[in-house]
This record gives sequence, C-alpha cells and structure tokens, in this order.
Amino acid sequence: MLRYILRRLLLSIPLLVGISLVSFLMMHMAPGGPIGSAMDMNPKATAESRARLQSYYGLDQPLHVQYGRWLARMATLDFGESFSPDGRPVSEKIRERIPITLTINVLSMTLIFLVAIPVGVYSAVRKGSLFDRISTVTVFTGFAIPTFWLALLLMILFGVKLGWLPISGISSLEYDSLGPAGKLADRARHLALPVLLAAFGGLAGMSRYMRSNMLEVIRQDYVATARAKGLPEGAVVFRHAMRNALLPVITILGLSVPDLLGGSVIFETIFAIPGMGQLFYQGVMSRDYPLIMGILTIGAFLTLLGNLLADVGYALADPRIRQS
Amino acid sequence: MTAGGGIWREFARRLLRNRLAAAGGAIIAFFFLVSVFPSRFSSHAPNRIDIVHILRAPSLEHPLGTDDLGRDVLARMTHGARISLSVGFVAVGIAIAIGLVVGLLAGYYGGWVDAVLMRFVDMMLCFPAFFLILSVIAFIGPSIWNIMIIIGLTGWMGVARLVRAETLSLKERDFVAAARAQGAGDGRIVFRHILPNTLAPILVAATLGVAGAILTESALSFLGIGVQPPTPSWGNILTAGKDNIEFAWWLSLFPGLAILVTVLGYNLLGEGIRDAADPRLKGR
Repeated sequence: MLRYILRRLLLSIPLLVGISLVSFLMMHMAPGGPIGSAMDMNPKATAESRARLQSYYGLDQPLHVQYGRWLARMATLDFGESFSPDGRPVSEKIRERIPITLTINVLSMTLIFLVAIPVGVYSAVRKGSLFDRISTVTVFTGFAIPTFWLALLLMILFGVKLGWLPISGISSLEYDSLGPAGKLADRARHLALPVLLAAFGGLAGMSRYMRSNMLEVIRQDYVATARAKGLPEGAVVFRHAMRNALLPVITILGLSVPDLLGGSVIFETIFAIPGMGQLFYQGVMSRDYPLIMGILTIGAFLTLLGNLLADVGYALADPRIRQS
Repeated sequence: MTAGGGIWREFARRLLRNRLAAAGGAIIAFFFLVSVFPSRFSSHAPNRIDIVHILRAPSLEHPLGTDDLGRDVLARMTHGARISLSVGFVAVGIAIAIGLVVGLLAGYYGGWVDAVLMRFVDMMLCFPAFFLILSVIAFIGPSIWNIMIIIGLTGWMGVARLVRAETLSLKERDFVAAARAQGAGDGRIVFRHILPNTLAPILVAATLGVAGAILTESALSFLGIGVQPPTPSWGNILTAGKDNIEFAWWLSLFPGLAILVTVLGYNLLGEGIRDAADPRLKGR
C-alpha cells in the first residue's frame, strides 16, 4: 500500500509540471501584461520606466527562461513575490486566505453527507414512494439552479427582507469587542449562507448518486441472503446494503475538489469573503502572474491529492479493490 | 445503415412516450422560438434607456419591471435568450468535436497514442476548470466568441473518455472484424462503423453539456467577465440584480428563473435520451 502511495505521489510530479507549463504558456501568450494594466493609468510612466519594471519582474527574458526560473524556485517551494503593490510573498498571501476557504468547503462537505446520504438511502429503499418522487424532482431542480442566483435570492430573503443574516464579509464591525461565544456566533451567522450555497450543488448530485448506488446494491445476492436468513429490515438496509453503497461515495469526495474550488470563486465574490477564490479573482484581474501560478498549482495539487486519497480510501475500505 | 432506421424510430417512440423528456423538449423548443423571434415576445427595445422609469416593479407596461437604466427586463431577457442559448450550443459543439477526435484516436489506435492522449485528458481534468476559464477569459478579454471557445476547450474531456470507452469495445465486435475482412480501411471503419454507434451516448453528453455551458456562461457574465453590457445575457442582468439587491427583487428573480427552466429542460431531455437509448438504465 505504502509503495502504491509513493508511486502515485511520484507520478503526480510530472503531471504538476505539465499543468504549470500549460498555465504558464497560456498566461504569457495572451495579449497584454501586468505592466500594462498597472501603468496605463499612470500618465507619468515613460517607456523607460516600463522597461525597468519589465526587467525588475524578469518579464523581458525569453519565455523558457522565465518558466525555468519559476520552476526552479517552485522546486524549493518558493512561490515568488506577488506583482501587486505590496509585493508580499505569494505563499504568505495564500496561507492567510486558505483557512477560510477550506473551512467553508469542509463544513459544506459535512452538510452534504449529513443530508444527502439519508435522503439517497431512503429514496432507494422506498423507491417510487411520494418521498422518492419529491426528492427526485428536487434533485433535478437542484441540478438546474445557478448557485449564484440562489445566493441572490437567499440574500434578498434572509438579508434584506427578514434581516436575519448578514450578507457580506465574515465578521461584524464589532467583532473584536465580542466574547469567545459571541465571536463564534457572529462567525456562524456570517458563514451560514455561504456554507449552505457551497453545499447546494453537491447535495443534489450526492443524493442522486447515493440513491443509484443503493438501488444497485439492494439487488445483490448478499442482500437477498441477509433477508432470507430472517434479519430485520433495518439491519439489512444499514449493515449490509448501506455500507456497500457508501464505498463509491469516497471516490466522489476526492473528485469533487476542483468543483468546490471553482465554486469558491463565485460565492466568495458574492459574499465578499476574503478566501482563496477571491484572491484568485483579484489576481487574475490585475495579472499578478506569480499569484495566479501559485494558486493554479495549489489547486491542481489539491485535486491530485483528492484523487489519491479517494483511491487509497477506496482500497482501504474495499478488500476486493485492494487485491487487484 | 438500412437497418438503422428501425432502431432510430424505436428510439424516437420511446423518447416521446417519456413525459418528462417531452416536457424538456417543449421547454427547449419554446426558448428556441423566443431566441429566434425575441421581438415577438416583448414590445420594447432591449437597449432603450429610459431615465424616468428606472427600477420600476413589474407592471402592465413592463411585465417584468425595468432595470437600473430604465430598460425593459422582459425585452432584455428575450434578446438575452439568443446569446445564452447560442453560447451553450457553440461551446458544446466545440467540446464534442475535440472529444470525438481524441476519443476515437485513443480508442481505435491504442498503444502510445492512447497513453499520450489519455494522460493529457488526466492533466486537463486536474485544473479546477472554473479557475482556468476565469483566467483565460480575463486575459484574452471577455467576448461572446472567447467564452464559447474557452468553455468548449475546457469541456471535452468527458466526451473523449466516453468515446474512447465505446470505441474500445466496438472495435472488437464481429461487425468491425467483418468490415475489415472485406478490406475496409481505418477511415471507413471509424466513420461508418464505429462513429454511428457512439452517437447515443454523445447525444446525451451534448444535451447535458448545453445545460452546463449555459450555467457557466451565466456565472461568468454574472461575475462581469462574460457577455459584456449593453449586450443582454441572462447572467449579466443578474449582475444588475445584485447591485440593486435592496430595491429590485425582480431583476434577480426572473433571469435566474429563465436559466433554471432552460437548464432543467436540457437535463430532462438528456436523461430521456439516455433512457430511450438504453432502457436497462431506466430510473437510475
């Protein structure tokens, strides 16, 4: 098992290099550049000072030299400095933004599991019942709802009309003066809508997936055997069927990383949450090359890690996979 | 394909009998009509600014209200339908074309061709797609064509895997061996014998893909890097909705509803096609 994990980790290195190369080329082949967007606004900028800036950031070098430099620094886990006026290290910027994004994603993932698995299991067990039909319709609608639109509607309902929840940021103005319990409550109120929305897309998919897994498993011989030997229905459903239907869910968990990261751009922008998605959006808008490269690489790394964890988790949970 | 006619007729019959799929088809047909004749469905011009009547709630004069420049929301939505739907179609067309070529090549030739192409697919799948789309659009500039192209360029991997898997199994079948024994070349085998048999799953992927592309376009336009005003699209009307969230709920409600219903239509039709093409999978 350990050898397998090591092999996969080694294999992911060329993949990461390939990804970074593609990102790098795409970014640099596009017309315009970071110097242009910052300097066009400044009437005092001369051709000379532009050239000075270009060489300061190393943008006057040929592309392969620039990429080589970036890769060499990357090998020592140095992401370089941001092009933004503060010029801070990219790793520092990402490090202070990543916790909030991960918090929201982990919370929403938990919510997805808590809701989607029971719904999927119950729908499958009572296939064709009123509950199943209602949940199927809900799931189909859920697939079709643009998340950012739902965010707007919930903001209007809970934020504007009812005034129950704040609609932007992650803390109130008086956050620092609150006690520990007050801080927690304040944070929870700010994160309620973002977490709900981040979970929303996954909820529909996961409950549908759980339902079809469950339907598949229920038809298996070992479930029929369990019934035949007179086990109570509850034990058949939960101990025999559900545990097996849960296995493929592990895979989905690993594979949903890129979607969650992409989604965070949207809801962090809508709710003005200072996370990685918002940082990326700002970086892209100001053509902050080192920052964009840093976030894309980390995103790809997290995706590969998710895939690996999915495969390992699956193998650990299912002996049939482990042997092959 | 003389025998194929019967299969397709049977397929169409099963599809039409599926009420949900038929409803999906009807929704799509309706929005198609709207996008072809947008002016028939609204009496105002989509870009006529009317400073006197800004942010008016829905009324007889403006059934869906007006936006922050006094433009009629219904008119902007009917004209925006054309934009949103064509983005979906062209993007999916591009994705299918790339996916087909890659999948057929990888599946049919196997060996190193397959290895190289599939590693490339794996790599593309590792990009958080939305990050990639966002950066490319921000760099090359938001325009309708750029959006179509980039959504297409980042959405072909699923089709490629699907077509490869189908090709792998099809090329071992007896009818392919028979064609080869009769002296058919690679091109003829691929286009006459393998491609037609992969059409059903591709059709499903395409229908669901249009839905996904419409969602992506609306998200991009909503973030301000999609279809640029004054050209109306469902996504950028929603941006105005967000900016006026405290005063004008109608700006947020109706365009999103249009996206929802359209996407639902494509999803229902897609599922219907899947069931009709392979009845064994029904209800899953």
